Amino acid sequence: MRKAKRWLPGLLLVSPSLIALGWFVYYFIGVNAQVSLSDWKGQAQTTGWAGFKWYQELFADETFHNDIRNLLIFTLVFIGGSLLVGGVLALLMDKGVRGENVFRSIYLFPMAISFIATGIIWRWLLNSDTGAGTTGINDLLGLVGGHSEWHKSDSDWAVASIALPAGWALSGYVMALFLAGLRSIPDELREAARVDGASEFRVYWHVVRPMMIPAIMSALVILVHISMKTFDLIYAIAPLDPRTETPAVYMYLTSFRGGFYARGAAIATMLFLAITIVVAPYVWWATKKERIR
Amino acid sequence: MSAVVTPSRTRGWRTLALVFFAIFFLMPVYVLLVTAFKSPSEVDVVHMWSLPKSFSLDSFRAVWPKLTDGMVNSLMLAIPASLISSIMGAANGFVLSKWRFPGADVVFPLILFGMFIPYQAVIIPMFQTMIDLKLYGGLDGLILVHIIYGLPITTLIFRNFFIGVSDELIEAARVDGAGMLRTFAYIGLPLAVPAFAVSMIWQFTSAWNDFLFGVVLTRQEYNPVTVALNNIAGAQTVPFNEAMASAFLASIPTLVVYLLLGRFFMRGLMAGALKG
Repeated sequence: MRKAKRWLPGLLLVSPSLIALGWFVYYFIGVNAQVSLSDWKGQAQTTGWAGFKWYQELFADETFHNDIRNLLIFTLVFIGGSLLVGGVLALLMDKGVRGENVFRSIYLFPMAISFIATGIIWRWLLNSDTGAGTTGINDLLGLVGGHSEWHKSDSDWAVASIALPAGWALSGYVMALFLAGLRSIPDELREAARVDGASEFRVYWHVVRPMMIPAIMSALVILVHISMKTFDLIYAIAPLDPRTETPAVYMYLTSFRGGFYARGAAIATMLFLAITIVVAPYVWWATKKERIR
Repeated sequence: MSAVVTPSRTRGWRTLALVFFAIFFLMPVYVLLVTAFKSPSEVDVVHMWSLPKSFSLDSFRAVWPKLTDGMVNSLMLAIPASLISSIMGAANGFVLSKWRFPGADVVFPLILFGMFIPYQAVIIPMFQTMIDLKLYGGLDGLILVHIIYGLPITTLIFRNFFIGVSDELIEAARVDGAGMLRTFAYIGLPLAVPAFAVSMIWQFTSAWNDFLFGVVLTRQEYNPVTVALNNIAGAQTVPFNEAMASAFLASIPTLVVYLLLGRFFMRGLMAGALKG
C-alpha cells in the first residue's frame, strides 16, 4: 500500500491524457473498423451489417487499384529521392563548412510551411502544359537542354512528379537525422581507420555506414508513414485528378465528398494496417531501452 | 590522388555543392516572391521566372480580406491548443521519467504510437463524436482535437528532457516531504523552460499547418487558414499572382517562428523521429 501511495499520484496526473488518447486513438480506430463493416452511406449514420462488402468492392475497384499503383510509384520515388538528397547533404556538411547554420536553415525551412501552401506553389512550378504553354521548372529544364516529355499531361508517371515537392519538403529532415547520426560517431573510430591506411571512401563504407543503420531506419519509417498518409499536398496540387490520386485522397473524397462513410472507413482501416506494420515495430524498438532499465 | 587534395580545396567544392542545393530549395521562394510583388497586369505564367519590372502590393491587397478570418481562426486555435497540449505533455513527461508507475514501460510506447497513426483512420468516428458532443463546426472542437493528437509528441519532448534531469534533485525534494505535484511545479517546470519552447513551437506549427482536421470539423466561418488558403488558391481560375500572395501570407507566422527560434524547432524535429 505504501508503494501505491508513492506512484498513484503520478498515474492520476497522466490519466486525463491516457483517457483522451485511449478514446481518440485506440477506441476511434476500433470504431472506424466497425464502420467499415457497416452499411453506412449517405449523411445519416446507419449501423446495419455489411460484412466485408466494402473491402471486396475496393479490391475489385479500378480506381482503388490505380490509387495503390500511384502510391507505390510515389513512395518509391519520394523515399529514394529524399534519402539520396538528404544523405548527400549530410555527407557534404559532415566535416563542417562555413555557414553551416545558414545552409541547415535553408534546407529545413520547408518543414515550417503547410503542405497546402507547398502544394499551391508547386502546382504552378509543375505545370504540365507543353509546347508554347510550357512553364515552371520545365522552362528551366528547357534552358539547360533537359527538356523532356515525362511530365506530359497524359503521362502514366504523373504521380512521380509529386515526389518533387514532397522531397523538397522533407529532404532537409532526412539531412538533419543523418547529420545527427554522423556526428554521434566518435572521431576516434574514423581516425583509427585512417591511421590504418584506409581511404576516405573505405572509412565511410566500413566504419560510418554500419553505424548509420539506426538513423537510416528512422528516416525510412518517417518517410514511409508520411507517404502513405499524405493527403493535403496532393489535394492542393491536383484535386480530383486520378493520375495523382492515392488511397489517402480517395478516402477523403469517398467519405466527405461522396458520403460513402463505410467505404471510406474501409480504405482508412487498410491504410492504418499498412502503416502499423511499419511503425509499431519501430516504436517498440525505439523504446526498448526503457523497458530493459 | 585524394591524398594530395588539401582539405581547404575539398571544402570549397563541398560549399559549392551546398550552394547549388540551396538554390534548388529557394527556387520556389524566388518564384513566389517575384510573382506576388509583380503588378497584376505584368503577371503571366510563361514569364514566371522573370523579375518584376515594377513593384506592386496589389496582389496582397486583393487576397488579404479573403484570408484574415482564416488567419484569426488559426491563431485562436493554435495558441490555446499548443499551450494546453504542452502543459499536459510536461506533466506526462515528468511522470514517465521521474515518478513512474507500474506499467509505465508499456504505456509510453502506446502513447507514442498515436503520433504515427494515419488520421484518416480516426477521422470518421471523430467527426461523429464532435457532432454528438455539439462541438462540430466551431473552434472548440478543433482545439480539443489538436490538444489530444499533440499529446504524444509533447509527452515525448518533455520525457526526453526530464530524463536528463538528475534523479537526486527529485529525490531530495521527495525526502523533504514534497508531494509529486509540488515537485513537478516547483522543481520540474522551472527547469523545463527550453522543453516548453520546443513543444510550443512544434505544436503551434502543426496546428497552424493542419488541413484535414480543419476541413472536416469546421464550418466555413471557422475554417482555419489552410482551408481558407486552399479555397482561394485551389480554384483553377484564380490568378497566379493571388495564389502566390495568399500562400505567402498564410505561411508568414510559422516562417517567422522558424526564423527566430529555428534551434528549438529542430529539436522538436529530432524528437519526432524518436531520437533523443
